[in-house]
Amino acid sequence: MGVRLILKNGILTAVLSGEIDHHSAREIRNEIDSTASKVKPKTLILDFSAVQFMDSSGVGLIMGRCKLMQIWDGSVEIANLPPKIERIVSLAGLNQLCVVRKGNLDESDE
Amino acid sequence: MKVMNEMSVSFPSCSANEGFARAAVAAFVAQLDPTVDELCDIKTAVSEAVTNCIVHAYRDTIGTVYINCKIFADGKVIVKVRDRGCGIPDIRQAMQPMFTTAEGERAGLGFAVMESFMDRLHVTSKPGRGTSVILQKTLERRPASHG
Repeated sequence: MGVRLILKNGILTAVLSGEIDHHSAREIRNEIDSTASKVKPKTLILDFSAVQFMDSSGVGLIMGRCKLMQIWDGSVEIANLPPKIERIVSLAGLNQLCVVRKGNLDESDE
Repeated sequence: MKVMNEMSVSFPSCSANEGFARAAVAAFVAQLDPTVDELCDIKTAVSEAVTNCIVHAYRDTIGTVYINCKIFADGKVIVKVRDRGCGIPDIRQAMQPMFTTAEGERAGLGFAVMESFMDRLHVTSKPGRGTSVILQKTLERRPASHG
């Protein structure tokens, strides 16, 4: 479990990896929030490409980051969702709260 | 149908055990040769049930979480997750999507996920005595050898 943060052109990307559950969500949340609150990026991208498991605690994690980003009118984008995780994201209706990017996100994207 | 195999495991309600619980059930259910998707569904449902015990049943304390898992020759899997925690006063309300009593970032989707990822979900609870969640799923039986 882990999170790697990349700040580029005012966009903060959090590359998540491993298993996201109630136990690991706390640390991921703290890492993202301490950086995001400092730099106040206009967009926060949550990259799920290396996530092997996620339960509804991950949904809470995403919802919480949307709330945080709203404080300074920023937005959250979800990228590279593995199909198994996409199911829980759509069950939660998260596409109404943030942008769920389809397909792969790579360097040429921006 | 007769039980093909059965296992029980119990552990303290520390959040570090959420990963252990779903991995233990997944390792046991592997005997039925599930697909990756089936295994993921069961792991997710178990994770939700165990997280409920940790976050709700034993909210400000550490108690024991009990898991019992039975597998059947026809591919049926029954997982029972039980606690001796605070219990749920209104199960119908607790099972409503987005309903949560916990502070912090809980989506309130635990039961909705269990219901959606398993074939059957049965919850019984007595306030002050504890809660028992029974998850059931029948795995698709495939030929033993795939050539």
